[in-house]
Amino acid sequence: MGKIANEVLLQALGEKFPGQITELNQDYGLLTVETGREQISDVLAYLKNDPELKFIFLTDITAIHYPELEKAVGVIYHLHSLTTNTRIRVKVFLSADDVHIPTATTLWEGANWMERETYDFFGVIFDGHPDLRRILNVDDMTVFPMRKEFPLEDPNRIDKKDYFFGR
Amino acid sequence: MQNHPVYTDNDPQTEHSTLNLGPTHPATHGVFQNVLEMDGERIVSGVSTIGYIHRAFEKIAEHRPFYQITPLTDRLNYCSSPINNMGWHMTVEKLLGITTPKRVDYMRIIIMELARIADHIVCNSILGVDTGALTGFTYMMQYREAIYEVYEEICGSRLTTNIGRIGGFERNFNDIAFRKIRKVLTDFNYGLKEFESLFNRNRIFVDRTRGVAAVTAEDALSYSWSGPILRATGVDYDVRAMEPYSSYEDFDFEVPVGDNGDVYARFLVRNEEMWQSMRLIEQALVKIEKEPSDIFHADVPAFYLPPKEEVYNNMEALIYHFKIVMGEVETPTAEVYHAVEGANGELGFYLVNDGGRSPYRLHFRRPSFINYQMYAPMSRGMLLSDAIINMSSLNVIAGELDA
Repeated sequence: MGKIANEVLLQALGEKFPGQITELNQDYGLLTVETGREQISDVLAYLKNDPELKFIFLTDITAIHYPELEKAVGVIYHLHSLTTNTRIRVKVFLSADDVHIPTATTLWEGANWMERETYDFFGVIFDGHPDLRRILNVDDMTVFPMRKEFPLEDPNRIDKKDYFFGR
Repeated sequence: MQNHPVYTDNDPQTEHSTLNLGPTHPATHGVFQNVLEMDGERIVSGVSTIGYIHRAFEKIAEHRPFYQITPLTDRLNYCSSPINNMGWHMTVEKLLGITTPKRVDYMRIIIMELARIADHIVCNSILGVDTGALTGFTYMMQYREAIYEVYEEICGSRLTTNIGRIGGFERNFNDIAFRKIRKVLTDFNYGLKEFESLFNRNRIFVDRTRGVAAVTAEDALSYSWSGPILRATGVDYDVRAMEPYSSYEDFDFEVPVGDNGDVYARFLVRNEEMWQSMRLIEQALVKIEKEPSDIFHADVPAFYLPPKEEVYNNMEALIYHFKIVMGEVETPTAEVYHAVEGANGELGFYLVNDGGRSPYRLHFRRPSFINYQMYAPMSRGMLLSDAIINMSSLNVIAGELDA
């Protein structure tokens, strides 16, 4: 089977979820759509289980933070249909004070650690996740370090002031 | 008389014991901790703790210009860092719309396939060590050393290579490098045959690995496995064949698959991949002869640093040097996902660019991280010694696991 054209994919999603799927871009041929957290589970389940599409491979889950936007935290899913060799990117944007989204672990076992990593770095809470703990950072960390307001280096350090380096 | 309990066969142990496997256990080959609940020799359940060498690469990358992120990728899978380097260069090239000359693509393929061989040598010979066969390891290390010498000839370093630049290579391969590559091929052709005759039909090795940690294709896909361990379950997913990058479509190679996804199948798949890598390098060496021999990078002055002597003597080169170093070059506002077939599976780079000199967000899809999460669930009911060889055949690299 050949690659599914982005238009076909978009049309299929549009018919199944009318008005709930927005196309964001098709950068470098990879279709990116946005949806809401209310239907994200259904969208992912449809993409995975539909006999034509068969996006059975969850490539990645990650997030992105745009502090200036009203919906500041975006959760990004990369799916891959191995039989048709098509990729799709699905995004869900959440407001920073209500970062809840349903888990994808019901569809893919592999989503477990990907969601833990996303929680660890962005504080996205995946409702229904069996074991939502920090994974790479220490357990008693209180911040979510990949958010943009978190500085790369500890601002309280005194050994790296600019004047030590003639700046 | 005796204070401690004595267990015999007729007096089964009623309590489970806890075993800390790692973080610095010699049999885990890296910083992995697994807290195992043991019933005698059998694992009842396990919890993996990771993150011991987390270095916040994704955060650092947001503060680095594109060309300074390459050294970070070295430190992901440090057994095959050239693949990571090339994957990153190709991601940026995809973002910027740079097409590289064919000769650069072939040079990259030579380096990437050498790196794949070096990685598989480590994995398979260490698997031998963990099953009690030290001989293969002692013989195979010389070929990895020969490959590291090729790296050394090309870029000057061995482990964290930082090979290549955005748009191509920092310098051309010299004659010594080509000679060394050809020598690796002839020597390793013999060496791999020897290694295979030592292991493939070795009764002890086969008994020890056949049927251990067998995984079905459904489970492997559900856990998003990729790379040799997915192919060992019978799924022929290889990024090089599915989405060819760096002119892999010009080459003739096979994607080996296994049958039942056990440790032995993974071993055979990796061995066969080394043969295929050698085929690829041989083809690349032939193809490279037909290309003009002085081309080793694309003509992208806005991203490829000019040679130093030109910077001092040529106005235009000086301007470009300044623009690149000061980050004055415009980049498109776009997002790009690029995947390469790393030694452990699909190594993906998800780059969101806002037009600046450094990524707005960079995420590494690290195969080791994703492959390793099945380790604790699949260890249930397994013997401890089987869990050890299962871990070495997963080839989890701590640097890639923790990023």
